[in-house]
Amino acid sequence: MNSGFGSPALDAASRLMTPFMLMFGAYVVVHGHDSPGGGFQGGVIIAACLILVRLVRGRAAGWVMPPETAVVLLCTGAGIFAGVGLLGPIFGGHFLDYSALPLTLAPAEVRAAGSLAVEIGVALAVTGVLELIFDVLVEARDDA
Amino acid sequence: MARLAILPLLALGAVLVAAAGGLPRVGDPESPAATHVSPRYIARGYEETGATNLVTGVLADYRAYDTLGETTVICAAGLACWLILGGRSRGVGP
Repeated sequence: MNSGFGSPALDAASRLMTPFMLMFGAYVVVHGHDSPGGGFQGGVIIAACLILVRLVRGRAAGWVMPPETAVVLLCTGAGIFAGVGLLGPIFGGHFLDYSALPLTLAPAEVRAAGSLAVEIGVALAVTGVLELIFDVLVEARDDA
Repeated sequence: MARLAILPLLALGAVLVAAAGGLPRVGDPESPAATHVSPRYIARGYEETGATNLVTGVLADYRAYDTLGETTVICAAGLACWLILGGRSRGVGP
Protein backbone atom coordinates (compact mmCIF):
# COMPACT_ATOMS: atom_id res chain seq x y z
CA MET A 1 0.00 0.00 0.00
CA ASN A 2 2.99 2.29 -0.21
CA SER A 3 2.29 3.03 -3.85
CA GLY A 4 -1.50 3.31 -3.92
CA PHE A 5 -3.80 2.42 -6.81
CA GLY A 6 -3.02 5.62 -8.67
CA SER A 7 -4.66 5.61 -12.11
CA PRO A 8 -5.11 9.09 -13.67
CA ALA A 9 -8.90 8.86 -13.41
CA LEU A 10 -8.78 7.92 -9.72
CA ASP A 11 -6.23 10.62 -9.10
CA ALA A 12 -8.34 13.32 -10.71
CA ALA A 13 -11.54 12.13 -9.02
CA SER A 14 -9.96 12.03 -5.58
CA ARG A 15 -8.46 15.50 -6.03
CA LEU A 16 -11.89 16.78 -7.00
CA MET A 17 -13.67 15.12 -4.09
CA THR A 18 -11.20 15.77 -1.29
CA PRO A 19 -11.96 19.43 -0.52
CA PHE A 20 -15.71 18.82 -0.62
CA MET A 21 -15.40 15.80 1.66
CA LEU A 22 -13.37 17.76 4.20
CA MET A 23 -15.80 20.66 4.02
CA PHE A 24 -18.80 18.35 4.40
CA GLY A 25 -17.16 16.58 7.33
CA ALA A 26 -16.59 19.87 9.13
CA TYR A 27 -20.15 20.91 8.31
CA VAL A 28 -21.58 17.69 9.73
CA VAL A 29 -19.56 18.18 12.93
CA VAL A 30 -20.52 21.79 13.62
CA HIS A 31 -24.08 21.55 12.30
CA GLY A 32 -25.03 18.54 14.38
CA HIS A 33 -27.12 20.77 16.60
CA ASP A 34 -29.60 21.64 13.88
CA SER A 35 -29.48 18.71 11.46
CA PRO A 36 -28.58 15.05 11.55
CA GLY A 37 -24.89 14.73 12.30
CA GLY A 38 -22.42 15.24 15.07
CA GLY A 39 -18.93 14.33 16.10
CA PHE A 40 -19.05 10.63 15.29
CA GLN A 41 -20.45 11.05 11.78
CA GLY A 42 -18.31 14.05 10.87
CA GLY A 43 -15.17 12.40 12.17
CA VAL A 44 -15.88 9.36 10.03
CA ILE A 45 -16.31 11.53 6.92
CA ILE A 46 -13.03 13.34 7.56
CA ALA A 47 -11.22 10.06 8.18
CA ALA A 48 -12.76 8.60 4.99
CA CYS A 49 -11.30 11.52 3.06
CA LEU A 50 -7.82 10.94 4.49
CA ILE A 51 -8.07 7.22 3.75
CA LEU A 52 -9.29 7.89 0.19
CA VAL A 53 -6.27 10.02 -0.57
CA ARG A 54 -4.04 7.40 0.98
CA LEU A 55 -5.64 4.59 -1.05
CA VAL A 56 -5.37 6.40 -4.36
CA ARG A 57 -1.97 8.01 -4.07
CA GLY A 58 -0.23 5.98 -1.38
CA ARG A 59 2.52 7.49 0.65
CA ALA A 60 3.37 9.88 -2.19
CA ALA A 61 0.35 11.98 -1.23
CA GLY A 62 2.25 13.50 1.67
CA TRP A 63 -0.88 13.11 3.79
CA VAL A 64 0.46 10.13 5.64
CA MET A 65 -0.28 10.35 9.31
CA PRO A 66 2.15 8.24 11.34
CA PRO A 67 0.50 6.06 14.02
CA GLU A 68 2.04 8.19 16.74
CA THR A 69 0.33 11.30 15.35
CA ALA A 70 -2.98 9.45 15.12
CA VAL A 71 -2.63 8.39 18.76
CA VAL A 72 -1.94 11.99 19.76
CA LEU A 73 -5.02 13.05 17.77
CA LEU A 74 -7.37 10.54 19.37
CA CYS A 75 -6.07 11.23 22.87
CA THR A 76 -6.47 14.97 22.23
CA GLY A 77 -10.07 14.40 21.18
CA ALA A 78 -10.93 12.35 24.24
CA GLY A 79 -9.03 14.89 26.37
CA ILE A 80 -11.08 17.77 24.97
CA PHE A 81 -14.27 15.90 25.89
CA ALA A 82 -13.11 15.09 29.43
CA GLY A 83 -11.57 18.57 29.82
CA VAL A 84 -14.80 20.34 28.88
CA GLY A 85 -16.56 18.02 31.31
CA LEU A 86 -14.08 18.92 34.06
CA LEU A 87 -14.64 22.64 33.48
CA GLY A 88 -18.06 22.10 35.07
CA PRO A 89 -16.76 21.24 38.57
CA ILE A 90 -14.03 23.88 38.26
CA PHE A 91 -16.63 26.61 37.77
CA GLY A 92 -18.92 25.27 40.47
CA GLY A 93 -21.23 22.95 38.55
CA HIS A 94 -21.44 19.23 38.04
CA PHE A 95 -19.23 17.03 35.85
CA LEU A 96 -20.24 17.51 32.18
CA ASP A 97 -22.64 20.30 33.22
CA TYR A 98 -21.95 22.86 30.49
CA SER A 99 -24.31 25.42 31.97
CA ALA A 100 -21.61 26.26 34.56
CA LEU A 101 -19.23 27.56 31.88
CA PRO A 102 -18.50 31.30 32.35
CA LEU A 103 -19.74 32.52 28.95
CA THR A 104 -21.84 35.62 28.46
CA LEU A 105 -24.57 33.89 26.48
CA ALA A 106 -28.09 32.74 27.09
CA PRO A 107 -28.15 29.60 29.28
CA ALA A 108 -29.22 27.37 26.41
CA GLU A 109 -26.50 28.84 24.19
CA VAL A 110 -23.85 28.14 26.83
CA ARG A 111 -24.90 24.51 26.88
CA ALA A 112 -24.93 24.44 23.09
CA ALA A 113 -21.37 25.83 23.07
CA GLY A 114 -20.27 23.12 25.50
CA SER A 115 -21.92 20.48 23.33
CA LEU A 116 -20.13 21.85 20.26
CA ALA A 117 -16.75 21.63 21.98
CA VAL A 118 -17.54 18.07 22.99
CA GLU A 119 -18.59 17.17 19.44
CA ILE A 120 -15.31 18.55 18.08
CA GLY A 121 -13.43 16.39 20.58
CA VAL A 122 -15.43 13.34 19.50
CA ALA A 123 -14.69 14.12 15.83
CA LEU A 124 -10.94 14.35 16.49
CA ALA A 125 -10.99 11.08 18.41
CA VAL A 126 -12.96 9.22 15.72
CA THR A 127 -10.72 10.58 12.94
CA GLY A 128 -7.61 9.55 14.83
CA VAL A 129 -8.93 6.07 15.60
CA LEU A 130 -9.98 5.29 12.02
CA GLU A 131 -6.73 6.62 10.62
CA LEU A 132 -4.79 4.62 13.20
CA ILE A 133 -6.63 1.37 12.48
CA PHE A 134 -6.24 1.82 8.72
CA ASP A 135 -2.55 2.57 9.03
CA VAL A 136 -1.90 -0.35 11.35
CA LEU A 137 -3.79 -2.79 9.11
CA VAL A 138 -1.99 -1.58 6.00
CA GLU A 139 1.40 -1.94 7.64
CA ALA A 140 0.54 -5.38 8.96
CA ARG A 141 -0.45 -6.45 5.44
CA ASP A 142 2.65 -4.99 3.85
CA ASP A 143 4.86 -6.96 6.20
CA ALA A 144 3.07 -10.27 5.71
CA MET B 1 -12.70 -26.22 35.79
CA ALA B 2 -14.17 -25.37 32.41
CA ARG B 3 -17.11 -27.72 33.09
CA LEU B 4 -17.66 -26.27 36.53
CA ALA B 5 -17.83 -22.79 35.01
CA ILE B 6 -20.96 -23.85 33.13
CA LEU B 7 -22.95 -24.10 36.38
CA PRO B 8 -22.69 -20.42 37.42
CA LEU B 9 -23.21 -19.46 33.78
CA LEU B 10 -26.44 -21.46 33.65
CA ALA B 11 -27.56 -19.96 36.96
CA LEU B 12 -26.83 -16.45 35.70
CA GLY B 13 -28.65 -17.20 32.46
CA ALA B 14 -31.68 -18.44 34.36
CA VAL B 15 -31.74 -15.27 36.45
CA LEU B 16 -31.48 -13.10 33.34
CA VAL B 17 -34.23 -14.99 31.53
CA ALA B 18 -36.46 -14.73 34.60
CA ALA B 19 -35.71 -11.01 34.93
CA ALA B 20 -36.42 -10.38 31.24
CA GLY B 21 -40.10 -11.02 31.94
CA GLY B 22 -40.17 -7.94 34.17
CA LEU B 23 -38.89 -5.57 31.51
CA PRO B 24 -41.38 -3.25 29.80
CA ARG B 25 -42.31 -4.15 26.25
CA VAL B 26 -40.49 -2.36 23.45
CA GLY B 27 -42.23 0.94 22.79
CA ASP B 28 -44.46 0.58 25.83
CA PRO B 29 -45.91 4.07 26.48
CA GLU B 30 -46.41 3.17 30.15
CA SER B 31 -42.74 2.29 30.81
CA PRO B 32 -40.84 4.50 33.30
CA ALA B 33 -38.55 5.87 30.59
CA ALA B 34 -41.51 6.89 28.43
CA THR B 35 -43.48 8.47 31.28
CA HIS B 36 -40.73 10.46 33.01
CA VAL B 37 -37.56 10.95 30.95
CA SER B 38 -38.69 11.18 27.33
CA PRO B 39 -41.48 13.75 27.83
CA ARG B 40 -39.03 16.01 29.66
CA TYR B 41 -36.51 15.76 26.83
CA ILE B 42 -39.16 16.45 24.20
CA ALA B 43 -40.84 19.28 26.09
CA ARG B 44 -37.77 21.17 27.27
CA GLY B 45 -34.92 19.90 25.09
CA TYR B 46 -34.73 22.97 22.88
CA GLU B 47 -34.89 25.59 25.59
CA GLU B 48 -32.41 23.76 27.80
CA THR B 49 -29.80 22.62 25.30
CA GLY B 50 -30.31 25.01 22.39
CA ALA B 51 -30.32 22.08 19.98
CA THR B 52 -33.08 21.91 17.38
CA ASN B 53 -31.84 18.39 16.65
CA LEU B 54 -33.12 16.56 19.70
CA VAL B 55 -30.84 13.60 19.11
CA THR B 56 -27.76 15.77 19.53
CA GLY B 57 -29.30 17.44 22.56
CA VAL B 58 -29.72 14.08 24.25
CA LEU B 59 -26.42 12.63 23.03
CA ALA B 60 -24.08 15.54 23.76
CA ASP B 61 -25.83 17.19 26.68
CA TYR B 62 -28.33 15.15 28.70
CA ARG B 63 -26.37 11.94 28.28
CA ALA B 64 -22.89 13.31 27.79
CA TYR B 65 -21.66 10.83 30.36
CA ASP B 66 -22.70 8.02 28.05
CA THR B 67 -21.05 9.68 25.06
CA LEU B 68 -17.84 10.22 27.02
CA GLY B 69 -17.83 6.50 27.71
CA GLU B 70 -18.38 5.73 24.03
CA THR B 71 -15.50 7.96 23.03
CA THR B 72 -13.28 6.27 25.58
CA VAL B 73 -14.27 2.85 24.26
CA ILE B 74 -13.46 3.89 20.68
CA CYS B 75 -10.07 5.24 21.75
CA ALA B 76 -9.32 2.07 23.68
CA ALA B 77 -10.25 -0.03 20.63
CA GLY B 78 -7.93 1.98 18.41
CA LEU B 79 -5.08 1.76 20.88
CA ALA B 80 -5.64 -1.99 21.21
CA CYS B 81 -5.40 -2.40 17.43
CA TRP B 82 -2.20 -0.41 17.43
CA LEU B 83 -0.68 -2.40 20.27
CA ILE B 84 -1.64 -5.78 18.81
CA LEU B 85 -0.87 -5.19 15.13
CA GLY B 86 1.49 -2.23 15.16
CA GLY B 87 4.43 -4.06 16.67
CA ARG B 88 5.12 -6.08 13.52
CA SER B 89 6.52 -3.19 11.53
CA ARG B 90 8.94 -2.40 14.33
CA GLY B 91 10.17 -5.97 14.41
CA VAL B 92 9.11 -6.68 17.97
CA GLY B 93 5.89 -8.62 17.29
CA PRO B 94 5.40 -12.26 16.35
